[in-house]
Amino acid sequence: MNTLFDKIWDKHVIQVIDDGPTQLYIDRLFCHEVTSPQAFDGLRERNLEVFRPEQVFCMPDHNIPTHDQDKPIEDSIGRKQVETLDANCAQFGLTEYKMNSKDNGIIHVVGPEKGLSLPGMTIVCGDSHTSTHGAMGAIAFGIGTSEVEMVLASQCILQTKPKSMRININGKLSKGVTPKDVALFIMSKLTTSGATGYFVEYAGQVVRDMSMEGRLTLCNLSIEMGARGGFVAPDETTFAYIKGREYAPKGEAWDKAIAKWKTLKSDKDAVFDKELNFEADEIEPRITYGTNPGMGIGITEQIPTAELIEENGRASFMKSLHYMGFEPGQKLLGHPIDYIFLGACTNGRIEDFRAFASTVKGKRKADNVTAWLVPGSWAVGKQITEEGLDRILADAGFEIRQPGCSACLAMNDDKIPAGKYSVSTSNRNFEGRQGPGARTILASPLVAAAAAITGKITDPRTL
Amino acid sequence: MKQKFHIITSSCIPLPLENIDTDQIIPARFLKATDKKGMGDNLFRDWRYNADGQLNKDFVLNDPSYSGVILVAGKNFGSGSSREHAAWAIAGAGFRVVISSFFADIHKNNELNNFVLPVVVSESFLQGLFSSIAADHQTQVCVDLPNQTVTNLATGESEHFEINSYKKHCLINGLDDVDFLVENRNKVIEWENQRM
Repeated sequence: MNTLFDKIWDKHVIQVIDDGPTQLYIDRLFCHEVTSPQAFDGLRERNLEVFRPEQVFCMPDHNIPTHDQDKPIEDSIGRKQVETLDANCAQFGLTEYKMNSKDNGIIHVVGPEKGLSLPGMTIVCGDSHTSTHGAMGAIAFGIGTSEVEMVLASQCILQTKPKSMRININGKLSKGVTPKDVALFIMSKLTTSGATGYFVEYAGQVVRDMSMEGRLTLCNLSIEMGARGGFVAPDETTFAYIKGREYAPKGEAWDKAIAKWKTLKSDKDAVFDKELNFEADEIEPRITYGTNPGMGIGITEQIPTAELIEENGRASFMKSLHYMGFEPGQKLLGHPIDYIFLGACTNGRIEDFRAFASTVKGKRKADNVTAWLVPGSWAVGKQITEEGLDRILADAGFEIRQPGCSACLAMNDDKIPAGKYSVSTSNRNFEGRQGPGARTILASPLVAAAAAITGKITDPRTL
Repeated sequence: MKQKFHIITSSCIPLPLENIDTDQIIPARFLKATDKKGMGDNLFRDWRYNADGQLNKDFVLNDPSYSGVILVAGKNFGSGSSREHAAWAIAGAGFRVVISSFFADIHKNNELNNFVLPVVVSESFLQGLFSSIAADHQTQVCVDLPNQTVTNLATGESEHFEINSYKKHCLINGLDDVDFLVENRNKVIEWENQRM
């Protein structure tokens, strides 16, 4: 009567400290340039080597520009951070996918793509969107820099075991509704703290029917409802995705792995600390109106009125609407926008570019819209070209940039100016997230594409 | 960064907003440092300063009538990004304690790993404390780690707070998790060999 979470977790326990956390073994550590330098400094201060260098994979993604990557980064502080990662990887003997190499990209896009993230693994990275890798059927979660140092030093982490939650999404998604909308819908029901303390297993027909790209999007957003992470039990869809990838098991090892992976599911009588059910036919394309990802509505709905918000939260609600330049009760369909951003570890995969391209095909980008289309990795960028999506996009007035985290958190030059509205396929609409004063409306690639064509918030089903 | 924690009595800085995320605690453009120094200067940067770079006099950290090493914040403090820079900024600005009715998981761990104590109180204790601070900006709060109690000295209201005994031991003695894990490397090697 074990949950899949229990099964994977229990297989990685080194010891449970009396009235304390569990010492958990980590199969895979990913490091990027922003949250690792102080961890490497910590090793040097303690005179330690990396304990299991072959289990650590590094790549810069947050700071890197989305154009002219063959030239040095202009921003000297960002450049130093990337160079520091290069130096640390060289010193400690770690594999690094350097900027502007064919292997580089956003860490949460590259991991699954290379077969580095596999079913049954424990995976961590100093980045909250590590939950993405849960789509592979792994326990994957974000950690702080002190914890990165712990894993570098011992391949272990000290963690309190989270509670378990299963979220079933039943039925079939209607046309124009994507995995991003499913996640935004769940977040708006649960709020950004509704799953705090839990690890989520996504299940139900909608999840079974979902592609790996869709599951990666769904799991990516687990952290936005506060969950430690989220995952999907591996199935034939998972195995088909993994087969043949660079680090996937091969030959006899593959058959053995499949046999093992097939056992990775929650027992029929498994008991979850919490179980929630959602119906697919209640979900329409979604947008956010506020400054956290839980502040979302169906695209045809109106922003809640203040009376609907509980009293202690009203000050935050009004502050948020003031920042966004919206009013309580306002409808957002038809509201003018200035920027769209397609990309990030949330929606920077090939399927997202296919969806966007299919919507804009044969149309023209609105003149008042600046569009940033940023593939999640060089491999995604290559596939875009191979499938001819680049031509469809160019014909519609869109240009593809070079891969990186880009305007998701605007650590490079891709900053949305203050006061401007951005329909973004990224994961966070926090104040200033896409640049100081930037106003972010989170949405799916289809909604972003529709907004890019009309210059307004538009229901993609009506385009 | 390692420091010992015992009993702290201090006035507080109140932030009666819910869902304060780590992008507000420290915006992404200040994450480019390769060390931990100076993070405190950019704590709540975009709330402390106006867009023109001038101090926002309305923000609580810029109001000299408030002081202290205890930050008191609304429900769901530290949500969003895992950036430990948020904890470094809080510690760097001199805070030793954050009181809220709810913390996001990753940030809570990050605070503990930087010897800042997250204290979870009931919503009613929190709202009572906000009221006391509004009435008297120098309201004192006592946080007693050995006894795991937090007391609003204006009202005498006191609550027990949770912390596991391992982490409590670490904080009281100024020890961190890396020390523990490195000491336990042999256990890991044994475990790896059995797994093969």
